[in-house]
Amino acid sequence: MIDEIRQVAAQYPVARSAILPALRIAQERHGGWLPPEAFEEVGEALDLTPAYCKAVASFYDMFHLDPVGRHLVEICTNVSCALVGAQQVVEAFEEELGVGPGETTDDGAVTLRTIECAGGCGWGTVVVVDHRYREPVRAEDVPRIVQELRDGD
Amino acid sequence: MAIREIVLAGADDRDLTRLDEYRAGGGYAQLARARELEPAAILAELDASNLRGRGGAFFATGKKAGFIPRESPKPKYLTVNADESEPGTFKDREIMLRVPHRVIEGSLITAHAIESQHVFIYIRGEYLTEFEVLRAALDEAREAELLGGVTIVLHRGAGAYICGEETGLLESLEGKRGQPRAKPPYPAITGLYGAPTLINNVETMATVPKILELGGEEYAKLGTPDSTGTRVFSLSGNVVRGGNYELPNGTTLRELIYHIGSGVPDGRELKAVIPGGSSVQILTADQIDTPLSYDAMREAGSSVGSGAIIVIDDRACIVQLGLRVAQFYMHESCGKCTPCREGTRWMVQLLHKIEDGDAEEAELDLLLDVCDRILGHCLCPLGDAAAMPIASYVDKFRDEFRQHVREGRCPFGGESSLEDVFAPVDQHRGHPTVEVPT
Repeated sequence: MIDEIRQVAAQYPVARSAILPALRIAQERHGGWLPPEAFEEVGEALDLTPAYCKAVASFYDMFHLDPVGRHLVEICTNVSCALVGAQQVVEAFEEELGVGPGETTDDGAVTLRTIECAGGCGWGTVVVVDHRYREPVRAEDVPRIVQELRDGD
Repeated sequence: MAIREIVLAGADDRDLTRLDEYRAGGGYAQLARARELEPAAILAELDASNLRGRGGAFFATGKKAGFIPRESPKPKYLTVNADESEPGTFKDREIMLRVPHRVIEGSLITAHAIESQHVFIYIRGEYLTEFEVLRAALDEAREAELLGGVTIVLHRGAGAYICGEETGLLESLEGKRGQPRAKPPYPAITGLYGAPTLINNVETMATVPKILELGGEEYAKLGTPDSTGTRVFSLSGNVVRGGNYELPNGTTLRELIYHIGSGVPDGRELKAVIPGGSSVQILTADQIDTPLSYDAMREAGSSVGSGAIIVIDDRACIVQLGLRVAQFYMHESCGKCTPCREGTRWMVQLLHKIEDGDAEEAELDLLLDVCDRILGHCLCPLGDAAAMPIASYVDKFRDEFRQHVREGRCPFGGESSLEDVFAPVDQHRGHPTVEVPT
């Protein structure tokens, strides 16, 4: 991993610029979140302190400082999606998964999150499943999406 | 009304994500021409076109490029801002998905115009598919030896609205928390790695090849004198046909919402329109004959902003709208400037109180006072972007705010379309709360 990060860093005049891609690589390696050792690895690769790496990671919403499920379901609840029923979609996921936003199912399969504007406003409600956009999603589509995730496991 | 496409031209007829198809439609011909021209000649075309930045600030593109000092011994950088995240805006995403080569061509022409060999494209982290499309296009362009010695680095963000602000973007690209810098010095003089840096929006870059093709003067005939050319408008909210529509600047909200977007669904009444992303002032239903141009929107008391039109029907409680918008800015405030960091929290708290029916009439004025104490007191526009819309909601819908206070409850009685839609709870964990003193 350290070699991979250094390869990415070579694109930039200053290695520190590669911290976001480096944290992303580390997060993928560590099952979708950044445990303390990830900051040591990224720090070693880029010649930064682990504390600095964590300070940067904590600024950005896509880095997770706590464990997440094998799948990530993220629902936009910003204005455009909210106007066309984002709350009903959130409630449908809560019912199907039995967890609320910010929580992970007991079997570790799915973490449910609500997020700020994802940039699919004309086709709300936007749901991002494992980093791929589904749009538009209505409450009635939710059981099928959850089934798909369970089948894929 | 004739729709003349500039940015998305040809994308309905051909798969312009492919280099051969893009070239078959005349793609990269303007880059070849530009490289034969002196940089000053390209800047002159940009000036003649009166192209203004499509990210939302509407600054003259040619003028901004002209600020880059030619004689600087440092490298010069072009940074393309693809960190689209203004709520309601999804145009750059479509541009990158459908005409990635036009973004690359425009960027290379602009790099030549400022004599830069180094381009960074900062794309928001959530846009994974868009990143992949752009990367594939870039690989094709590189293999076809179109880059001409210029390096283009695609850099993915990681989820922070503030990194769409130009100096926040530069901090992030330098590997730091994306907290905006004090200006001056402006990025044109001291930007990325302390070197002269030009920062342009994706749509601005995708417009440049057509400006060279048509000629700046010809391009300037499109749209209105103060807002030339076309824009890819993002239409969303309570409208039948939401989506991106490229239209001449100066198209009225009525044309966009009713003629193109087929109006408000379910026989509902139009209540309000947010014409330029959630950072701008709200307009009421009787203002929809306002053209989407810089001057006309300013006269109407709002802004064309990022070209994102959010349609709101009569089911929405404006206090809830204000609360949701304020929560967004509270979440996205980088925390550097006290008025924004603390003020957005005060706004959220006051709006909660009003929505719950627990506020006094004087707290409406306190809310406006908080907005006033944010406005103009922060390093970057995020604070203003929180204060301006909220103040406009109180101003335009004061009776609805008063009704909450007078009746001691939300007059929508749980039936508002925005009922219970509050900000991402898990992201606010650990945020300190402040009590508004009585």
